[in-house]
Amino acid sequence: MELQKQTFDPILIRRDFPILSRTVYNKPLIYFDNAATTQKPRVVLDALMDYYTGYNANVHRGVHHLSQLATEAFEQVREDIRKFINAKYTHEIIYTRGCTEAINLVASSWGRMNLNEGDEVLISELEHHSNIVPWQMICEEKHAHIKVIPINENGTLDMGAFYKLLNSKTKMLAVSHVSNTLGTINPVKELIRAAHDNGTLVLIDGAQALSHIMVDVQDMDCDFYTFSAHKVYGPLGIGGLYGKEKLLEEMPPYQGGGEMIDSVTFEKTTYNELPFKFEAGTPNVAGAIGFGAALKYISGIGIDVIAEYENQLLEYATRKLIEKKNITIIGQAPEKAAIISFLIDHIHPYDAGTILDQLGIAVRTGSHCTQPLMDRYGIHGTIRASFAFYNTKTEIDSMIDAFIKVEQLFL
Amino acid sequence: MEIKETSETIVTEFDNFDDWMDKYNYLIELGKSLPMIDEKYKVESNLISGCQSRVWLHAEFDGDHVYFTADSDAVITKGIANLLIRVYSGHTPQEILDASTEFVKEIGLTEHLSPTRSNGLMSMIKQIKMYALAFRTKQVLNS
Repeated sequence: MELQKQTFDPILIRRDFPILSRTVYNKPLIYFDNAATTQKPRVVLDALMDYYTGYNANVHRGVHHLSQLATEAFEQVREDIRKFINAKYTHEIIYTRGCTEAINLVASSWGRMNLNEGDEVLISELEHHSNIVPWQMICEEKHAHIKVIPINENGTLDMGAFYKLLNSKTKMLAVSHVSNTLGTINPVKELIRAAHDNGTLVLIDGAQALSHIMVDVQDMDCDFYTFSAHKVYGPLGIGGLYGKEKLLEEMPPYQGGGEMIDSVTFEKTTYNELPFKFEAGTPNVAGAIGFGAALKYISGIGIDVIAEYENQLLEYATRKLIEKKNITIIGQAPEKAAIISFLIDHIHPYDAGTILDQLGIAVRTGSHCTQPLMDRYGIHGTIRASFAFYNTKTEIDSMIDAFIKVEQLFL
Repeated sequence: MEIKETSETIVTEFDNFDDWMDKYNYLIELGKSLPMIDEKYKVESNLISGCQSRVWLHAEFDGDHVYFTADSDAVITKGIANLLIRVYSGHTPQEILDASTEFVKEIGLTEHLSPTRSNGLMSMIKQIKMYALAFRTKQVLNS
């Protein structure tokens, strides 16, 4: 295994991803929109196919053989996720549709029970709308307030301001592990320690982190951690919430329905135990099984190996972009995941993105669901290139070359 | 020129281009040559929502005909706005309301610039039709 890790070869890795061999407008696809969603390796597609052709059944209910196979596979993945993020107990992993639903679950369930008038929820200027709006909704309902940690020009959190903002009314700190727009890796351990010293709980939005860096929820000591499978090479529509057992035990169910109940009469329903209390309705069994395959796949390569290679890509792209005098990188934090936002002088991101697309290069343009962050920089959007371990330096060179074409057209 | 004729002319213009880069080149030229909107109309209330770039669309009505001006901070979007203005500006509200939007499909704009690209194409057409409807209502009430 060690030998395999040392000889990490992106060209071989690319063969695992069927979509990467396709063309777009007769040009080879260069996929730099990995922060939006990652491509799926063959093993994930096979796992989905195996499930639907071999043991498709509802889980936890059936006495029959297929239901038992499906339930075993579904619950095995819960254990795989636990291991992957090093949670203490398997029942601390709640399946959700994704990161957004996981945040909504906590905001709704924990928030409704614990937030009172005048309380504060502390977020940051970097947050994705998914980690802003659920908190706004519950704060509005409970007459609580949102407070915002500002960022420095380089895209790091203003820690001085953070310490000043923490006070006796701060009930929850909800911040991203990695910024989806700037790539900034936030100092989550320091944030969590300070919050806990203040008696404040912490939710970490891990949407952009799981695929890039080693996540250890016990070492971090966060109270909640949220993630989406499709950003970690798994299927769409599945993700999860990690929560500390004690907190999850205390929280009321989020949605009502099948699976989450213990007994139902028209007078009184008692709820099922963890994790099922939070999993009303038939879950995305196939998605979970695909997620399990994705985690197994990247564990096989090694998240440390992935991180190291992606850092090389990030450094290379950063250097190449800086060499181009008419490009401004937005967010240059010392600790970054492989996400890079930038602007080309006098060219609108939409215009640049449209031409890059014609050349087969998929980037994201716009506000990346972080409008307050755009306001902070006084811009309306950026071009964002986000890398995965199947990307190559040659592809980055192609993007840099494509800018010449873009400049010819617009300048 | 009738709306139908103008749109047919545009379709012919686009037919002459072999590849998409040429079409974009043309759209970019159109974008650069879009007559400037009066700065005073570049206000929040004239912004069209649903576009990744900012698009301002202003309409004036002289009692018979509607005249459109537009601007955007993205050049390709300006090019699209220029095309739409060429087609719809200077016509009566009824003509604008009756006009088919098929030409957009025929020049391949919907395929390459679908609404999901957030370029505002469909939002602009919708807004143009909304203005026409408002002015048409005004005409009916005045008559």
